[in-house]
Amino acid sequence: MGWEDTIVALATPPGIGAIGVIRLSGKNAIIIVNELFPSKNLLQQATHTLHVGFLKSNIEVLDEVVVALYKNPKSYTGEDVVEISCHGSPFIQEKILQTIIQNGCRIAKPGEFTQRAFLNGKLDLTQAEAVADLIASNTEASRNAALQNIRGGFSNILSVLREELIKFSALIELELDFSEEDVAFADRKQLNELIQKLQGTTAILLQSFSLGNVIKNGVQVAIIGKPNAGKSTLLNTLLNENRAIVSEIAGTTRDTIEEVLNIDGILFRLIDTAGIRNQTDDVIESIGVQRSYDTMAKADIVLYLFDVNTTSSEDLMTAINEFESKQLKYILVGNKVDEEDNLFHKKYLNVSDILFISAKENRAVNKVKQHLFAEAVQGNINQEATIITNARHYEALQKLAVSLLEIEQGLSNNIASDLIALDIRQALHFLGEITGEITNEDQLDYIFSKFCIGK
Amino acid sequence: MFQEYDVIVVGAGHAGCEAAASAANLGSTVLLITMNMQTIAQMSCNPAMGGIAKGQIVREIDALGGYSGIVTDKSMIQFRMLNRSKGPAMWSPRAQSDRMLFATTWREMLEQTERVDFYQDMVQSIIIKNDKACGVVTGMGHRIHSKSVVVTSGTFLNGVIHIGEKRLGGGRISEKAATGITEQLVELGFESDRLKTGTPPRVDSRSLDYSKMEEQKGDDEIVGFSYLPVEKIKASQQRSCHITYTNSEVHEMLKTGFDRSPMYQGRIEGVGPRYCPSIEDKINRFAERERHQLFVEPEGWNTVEIYVNGFSTSLPEDVQNQALRMVPGFEKCKIFRPGYAIEYDFFPPTQLTYTLETKLISNLFFAGQINGTTGYEEAACQGLMAGINAHQKAANLSPFVLKRNEAYIGVLIDDLISKGTDEPYRMFTSRAEYRTLLRQDNADLRLTELSYRLGLASQERMEMVKIKNDSVSTLKAIFASFSIEPQEINPYFQEIDSALVTEKQKAAKLLLRPNVTLSTLLQYVPRLANALPDVPFDILEQAEIQMKYERYIEKEEELVQRMSQLENMIIPNAFDYDKVTAISNEALQKFKKIKPQTLGQASRISGVNPSDVQILMVFMGR
Repeated sequence: MGWEDTIVALATPPGIGAIGVIRLSGKNAIIIVNELFPSKNLLQQATHTLHVGFLKSNIEVLDEVVVALYKNPKSYTGEDVVEISCHGSPFIQEKILQTIIQNGCRIAKPGEFTQRAFLNGKLDLTQAEAVADLIASNTEASRNAALQNIRGGFSNILSVLREELIKFSALIELELDFSEEDVAFADRKQLNELIQKLQGTTAILLQSFSLGNVIKNGVQVAIIGKPNAGKSTLLNTLLNENRAIVSEIAGTTRDTIEEVLNIDGILFRLIDTAGIRNQTDDVIESIGVQRSYDTMAKADIVLYLFDVNTTSSEDLMTAINEFESKQLKYILVGNKVDEEDNLFHKKYLNVSDILFISAKENRAVNKVKQHLFAEAVQGNINQEATIITNARHYEALQKLAVSLLEIEQGLSNNIASDLIALDIRQALHFLGEITGEITNEDQLDYIFSKFCIGK
Repeated sequence: MFQEYDVIVVGAGHAGCEAAASAANLGSTVLLITMNMQTIAQMSCNPAMGGIAKGQIVREIDALGGYSGIVTDKSMIQFRMLNRSKGPAMWSPRAQSDRMLFATTWREMLEQTERVDFYQDMVQSIIIKNDKACGVVTGMGHRIHSKSVVVTSGTFLNGVIHIGEKRLGGGRISEKAATGITEQLVELGFESDRLKTGTPPRVDSRSLDYSKMEEQKGDDEIVGFSYLPVEKIKASQQRSCHITYTNSEVHEMLKTGFDRSPMYQGRIEGVGPRYCPSIEDKINRFAERERHQLFVEPEGWNTVEIYVNGFSTSLPEDVQNQALRMVPGFEKCKIFRPGYAIEYDFFPPTQLTYTLETKLISNLFFAGQINGTTGYEEAACQGLMAGINAHQKAANLSPFVLKRNEAYIGVLIDDLISKGTDEPYRMFTSRAEYRTLLRQDNADLRLTELSYRLGLASQERMEMVKIKNDSVSTLKAIFASFSIEPQEINPYFQEIDSALVTEKQKAAKLLLRPNVTLSTLLQYVPRLANALPDVPFDILEQAEIQMKYERYIEKEEELVQRMSQLENMIIPNAFDYDKVTAISNEALQKFKKIKPQTLGQASRISGVNPSDVQILMVFMGR
C-alpha cells in the first residue's frame, strides 16, 4: 500500500524535556530531510543509522540535530521514516516543521502514523484499538484547543471568510449551473473585488497565525498591578537585567515594556504595563489596570502583582473578581514580603494560591517562574495542541492563499469560470479544514436563498 | 399464463424503459409491466431532454448503450448546446422533443428489442421469499415470477393531484394512482415519505400572439446526444421556442387565488424541489421581482399544444386562466389542460446499495422518482443501472458500479445512497467534484469500454471509441511536434492586441494560451491544416479539449488519485460499528444506518468528520 504524500509531525510533547523529535513518514521522507541536511548524503546511508549534523534552511542554520533513518519496510509505519532529534525549544521545532512543510511535506492528521502502520500491516488490531482511543482523545483535545486558541476576533474573521468564500463560489456556480436562468450574474469586476477581500482577510489570518504566533511571541504574560507595586523590579529580577526604569516614584514606567523570558524551553513574553493612576475612577485605580486593559485582554496569563503592605483583602478580591468576570487566567503575587511571615497568609485568608515574594531581594521569585511554566504547560494553553493546531491552520491558510492567488490570476486572464471553479474547490477544501467542511449544499443553499431559480 | 422471467420491470417511464432495455440487451428475459400501454415513455413534464448536467447524463446513458440519447435524437424539434461560452466541461446538450414522437420512438425501440415482453396491469405487491424478491402480484390477480424485480413507480405510488381546492387521486392527470406496494414495503420495515412536484398549464398555440415574445432559435449546428450516427433533423427544420415574462398584474391576480391554494392551506405535505418552484412560490419568496421568465415550448411537430415552462402552479383553474391572460402574448390564451401539483411516495434512497438494490430485500431494485430524484435524465440513468444490476444479480454476475470520477451517474447514485435527499434530487454540475473529467464530449471515452466488457455496449460503439482514441492520439502527436513561426501567428496576436511571440513554438503550446483556439491556428497557419489527417470535427474538437485543458484535467486526475485510496478500502458488510468506541455518536448512527461500502463513501456522509473516518480506518478489517 503506497501513500503518495509524506507526512510530518512532532513526536514528542514540546517544551518538556531537552529534546524534541520530529518524525516524517512517506515516499519522500528521506529526500526532504536530505535537502536540509548538507553535511551528508542521507540517500546513500543504510537503514537504522544515526547522523549528526546541522539542519539548514538555505543558509540559515535551524539547529544541530541527530537524524535517524528507517527505510521501508523496516520502520514504524512500514514506509521510509526519518526522525529528527532537535533541541527542546518549541520555537526551533516549529521552525523545523515549517521548513519541512515548505519542502513538500504535510502535517500528519491525528493518528495518521499509526493508521499507516496498521494499514501496512505493522500493527495488529489490539494495538490499533488502543491507539484509536488515543486518536479520539487527541482530536477532541486539539479541537478544544483550537477553539480556545481562535478566540473572539479570530473566529469572527474565520466565519466572515467562510461566508465570503461560499458567496464567491456560489456566484461562480450560479453562472455555470444556472446560466439559463433569468438572474443577474456577478460580473468579473464584482468577483475581483470579492477575491481581493478574501485575499486580504486570509493575509490577516496568516499573519496572526504565522509561525505559530504563540510560539514566536511566546506565552503572553501581562504584569498588572497598582503603581509602585514593583512590577518593573519583578521584571528585572526575572530577567536578571536592568531594563525597566525603576524608581520609588509611582508611575515611573511610562509605557508598556515587553521582554522575553525562557523558562525550561517555553518562551514567555512578559509585558510590564504602566500602573497608571486614574484620579477620577477609584474602582479602576484600585487594581491599576486602566490603560493595561488591552494588554490584559490579549494576554494568555495575567500576573497580578500587589504590595502586601498597602493592599487590603478587599482590594485583592476586587481584582480577582475583575479577572474572573473577564475569564482571565491569573497568578496572584504578593510583593515586598521581607521575610516568610504567616501574617500575610492570615491577611488574605479567603484567597488561596498567593505567591509571596520579594522582587527586590529576589526572594521566592523562582516560584513565579515555576507557576508560569505550570500554567502554560498544564493549563488551557496546552503547548502541544497550540503548536499543532496552529501549524495545521497555518498550512491550510497558506494553501488557501495559493488557491486564492490562482483564482485571482484566472479571473484576470479571463479563464472560463468552470476552470476557475477548480481552484475555488481547492480553496473551499482548505478553509474547510479549519472551519469544517464546506459542501455543495452550502453553495446551493446560498443560491436558492438569494436567486429566484427554476422554471 | 406467464413464464418465469429473469427481470420484471414495474413501470414504463424513463427509468423503466431503460431498465427493460438494458436487462434484455444483456440477455435477460424481461417483462415490462405498465398500467397503460398508451403511455410508455411519457414526458410527464416539459417536452425536453438534457440541459446543464442533465445533458451530460444523457450522453453517459448513450455511451453505456442506453436508448435515451437515440430516442431524443430521433424525436427532437430543436437542439441547443448550452454554456458554449464556458469551458468544455460546462457544454450541455439540450433538446426540445416532440412529446408523442418521443414516446412512440421509445416504444418502437423496446418492441424491437429481443426478450422484452409487455403486459398492461397494475402491480400490487412484490412476491418475497426469505427476504428475496421473486416476482410480482398484479391488480388482476396474476402471480408472475422472476429472479429480479425493478420498481420504477414515478409519481404513481399513492399519487394525489391538487388543483386549487380539488384533490384527486392519480399518478398523472386523468391516470389512476397505484396502491399496495408502499403499504407492503413499509410493513416489511422500509421507510417511506412524501415528495411533491408540479407542472404548468398546456395551452393552445393558435391563441397566442408571438409578436409580443422573444424568439429563441435552435443552434446552427445540431450535435445531438448519441455517439452513434443517428439521423437527425436539419438545423433549418428546427422549431423555435419563445420567451415572455410575467408582470405585477399577473402576480396580483395569482395572489387572489392563494387562499384556495393547496400549498398555502397546508394540504400538501410533500416537499417540492427548490429549483423547480411553482409560480406562486416564486412571487411569494421573491416578492421584489417584478417579472419572471416564461418559456413557451411547442410540444411537437403536429400539434398546437404548448407547454408554458416556468408557470408551474396548483392554483385554481380560473386563477390560472385569468393570470395567464395578463402575460404579454397570452391575452387570448386558451388552456388545454391546467397546471397541477402532485404528491407521491418515495423511499429514502439511503435504503439502497450502490447497485440500487434494496438493503432489506435482495433482488429488489428501485429506480427513478421512487428514490427521491426528479428529472427524466436522472430517472433514465438509474433505470439503466438498475436494469444492468438486476440482470447481473439474476445471472449471478458481479455488480456494475460507476465511481464519482467516472460519471455523473456515479455521482448521482453515490449522493443518493450516502447522503439521501429531503427534496427531489436534481443533478447539478457542482455536485461533481471532478467536473472537468466528466464532460459531454468524452462520455464514450469514459464509459463505452466498461459497458462493452459487460456485454451491453455494441461492437459498433466500441469500434467508434477506438477510432476516436487513435485519431485523437495522432492529432495530439502532430500538435506536440509541429512548430509555428512567430510571423505565422503574430498577425493574429496583433489583431487581438495580445503579447506577440518572439520565437517559434509548438502548436500544442500555443494552444494553451487562453485566446488561442484550434480554429485560430488552422486559420492563421494553413501549413498546420495541411499536416492534419482528414478527421471528423468532433475528433478535432476532442483533441483540442484534451490539449487545451490538459493542466486542469491533470489537476483533477491527481485529486482522483488522492481520493482513490479511500475509495478502494472496502468496509466489510458485517462490520460491527458498535465496537468502534472512539467514534462520534452522530457518525456511529449514520454509519449503522447507511452502512457505507467504502471508506470514501463513509467520508461523504453528512455529519461525519474526517477523524471518524480515520478511526474507522484503524478499526477496519475486523
